[in-house]
Amino acid sequence: MATIEQKGMYKVFPRSGKNVSFTHYCPGCGHGIINKLIAEACAELGLQDRTIFVDPVGCGVFTYYYWDAAHISAAHGRASAAATGACRARPDAVTIAYQGDGDLGAIGFNNAFQAASRGEKFGCIFVNNSLYGMTGGQMAPTTLDGETTTTTPFGRDPALTGHPLHVCEVFAQLKAPVYIARVSVADTRRIMQAKQAIRKVFELQRDGKGYALLEILAPCPTNFKMNAIDAAAFCINEMEKEFPLGVFRDEAKESLAVRPVPRAASCHDLFLEKDAVPAAETDSSFAERRFKFAGYGGQGILSLGLTVAEAARIERRHTLWFPSYGPEQRGGSANCSVVVSGQPIGSPTVEHPDVLVCMNQPAYERFVGDVKKGGVVIVDETVPVKVQPPEGVKLVVWPAIRMAEEFGVPKAANTMMLAALKKFDCTGLSGESLEKALVASFKKKPALGEKNRELLRLAESGKSVK
Amino acid sequence: MTKFVKGNEAVVMGALYAGCDLYFGYPITPASEIAHGAAKWFPMLGRTFVQAECETASINMMFGAAGAGRLCMTATSGPGFSLMQEGLSYLAGAELPAVVVNVNRAGPGLGNVYPEQSDYTPAVKGGGHGSYQTFTLAPASAQEMFDLTMKAFEMAAKWRTPAVVFADGLQGQMMETVQLPERELARPDFSEWAAQGEPKTRENLVKSIYLDAAQQEQFNVHLQEKYAKMAADAMGEAYLADDAELLIVGYGISGRIARTTAEELHKIGIKAGVFRPITLNPFPREQLAAVAKGRKIMTIELDAGQFADDVRLNLAKAGLGAEAAGVNMVNRMGGEVVSVDDAVKAAKEMV
Repeated sequence: MATIEQKGMYKVFPRSGKNVSFTHYCPGCGHGIINKLIAEACAELGLQDRTIFVDPVGCGVFTYYYWDAAHISAAHGRASAAATGACRARPDAVTIAYQGDGDLGAIGFNNAFQAASRGEKFGCIFVNNSLYGMTGGQMAPTTLDGETTTTTPFGRDPALTGHPLHVCEVFAQLKAPVYIARVSVADTRRIMQAKQAIRKVFELQRDGKGYALLEILAPCPTNFKMNAIDAAAFCINEMEKEFPLGVFRDEAKESLAVRPVPRAASCHDLFLEKDAVPAAETDSSFAERRFKFAGYGGQGILSLGLTVAEAARIERRHTLWFPSYGPEQRGGSANCSVVVSGQPIGSPTVEHPDVLVCMNQPAYERFVGDVKKGGVVIVDETVPVKVQPPEGVKLVVWPAIRMAEEFGVPKAANTMMLAALKKFDCTGLSGESLEKALVASFKKKPALGEKNRELLRLAESGKSVK
Repeated sequence: MTKFVKGNEAVVMGALYAGCDLYFGYPITPASEIAHGAAKWFPMLGRTFVQAECETASINMMFGAAGAGRLCMTATSGPGFSLMQEGLSYLAGAELPAVVVNVNRAGPGLGNVYPEQSDYTPAVKGGGHGSYQTFTLAPASAQEMFDLTMKAFEMAAKWRTPAVVFADGLQGQMMETVQLPERELARPDFSEWAAQGEPKTRENLVKSIYLDAAQQEQFNVHLQEKYAKMAADAMGEAYLADDAELLIVGYGISGRIARTTAEELHKIGIKAGVFRPITLNPFPREQLAAVAKGRKIMTIELDAGQFADDVRLNLAKAGLGAEAAGVNMVNRMGGEVVSVDDAVKAAKEMV
């Protein structure tokens, strides 16, 4: 049976008698007391089975030697990020991150701060001893003005290194945390208060209330270069001046309900399309065609390419569609490539299109020289044809933009271009498939789909073109 | 059932079918559609999407989630992948299964958002600190973006290792038809080692620290033995390679350019074959050696020759020193893609 000393701990460390043994902490270190308080709280609340401790790098790295519960030993500074992952992965667990002032205050500050800001459901116990302990007493963000450390050998100079970072006060600006407090373990009275606060952090996690931060001021005699009594006195007399004890936030409210989103029962349910086309078939008699569509953004160039690709899919051809992307797509020009083939497609890039569709002059001049012999260029009539296509390439000047305007649907210029592709049989695909794909592209606005089909037919017949 | 989707969207679908429960990510072009898809589809299936504050956070959130015994992933591109290297080392050091997708953009530095394969070394050789490796797969189509993402989860769980899906900007943005499977994969049980916050996992400790040098060495030996066994899962694909005089080697998008190049060469009477590694680590060394023996070899790649060097190394290790010495390369960088014209020209000069 566990003794009171062993509560929540793997092992007892007797200080006297025959079996004296030691923790890895230095004599007088605050971590030892804090470790015991945490173990007690976890055990007294019956939470050892449910707890995931996320351990830091620093003097607290070996807490897994002590606390009898599951542990994840995180990278330096990343305990709050790892605790985020753990508590999201195991919402029913009690997740507790344990971090020091270098770990949380410096390298991992943003991870801790953002976790607090998101209101992650874990408790963060933050041990502030005003310096880096394990690496040899260097300055931490919490080092006091004038305090001597191994990297402030002449005392911390605020003119060069600023002032101590007040983690609780900064985090208290956030809306999401439910509990933020600072305690100390420098004397018995403070230890008893710390015990209550630690217990509260566990209770909040047990009940799924939300993010809790508990800062604990702790003596580090070794790096303070003091005996244990003087180190504790430094904590009380110097550190508390800078870091006053107290509760900054205590509103264990009901946790926010997650807004409902549309739900699917399975991947199949989520991705199933009633009218999904079957997979492509291999047909070596179908000659591969490569298309380039180019124009200004907003002319519907990308969706024109997609419509051709969809028509190819309807006919069970192998196909791919590839857009220009990134900053280019937000600038003036937009282009996309489409390949349609009877066989699996090798290179996706369209170096020598069989079909080039151009809605503007820069695109025409950029791509016209690349078109394959026997290919076709369809260019809007607004584009001045100053450069002739290569020999053996057919040029079609087509009034796509004008027709769309005359029909009163200027946005349908791309549909007018599709009419040209259909009329001059440039795609190797049936008119029926092209129309079906066009209508499908307006899936969310079926009326527009029918309207475009009508305009496509009119344009193809050339009837309404003045 | 088929879907016509961007490679990036296929990645998310593959992850969902594989049983991935958590996505942690930070947006970056040209990988952002993966985060967009995950933000929408993960919650719809009752799974978790978290937009992290940076890539360092993403990878460490994965450390926590994987440590807690769930399948998780992130996706990024070059600069973000650099930031994740420390975390990948920790994942490998704690033997945690997790999947990172790198949709490679042009570098170094900020570079641009167009395709490169220049992150080869960190994606394939373990880019962080210490002697670790990742299981690295190189998709070449939207279908493989789906299939190999699924495979990445399977391999990550099987070998208790981080896996990398190494794609490029072009594939991320390109739409193709994807055939979806009938069934989702079952969730693996990690309760033997994970910290799940349950009674049966109370004794479990997830860590990458061995303070004792002898223990740390022993752990490293264990890792290396594991990586040696992983070679059994290497995958590659040969095309027109049986009677080829010239073998073109390329992975991902370059593997497809190699395919078209070989077809063009056949039209002018040059017998060219293709070998496309599908896993880059483990590298399909034996499969490559089987079709490379006695052949002239040309690589196609979107980097400065990192891949060609690895091909040489693998040929040499397979005992094909002469073939290794003769490897030529045709490459582009900066977001430019090797044209079939250039590849054909380079091949003609070799035979």
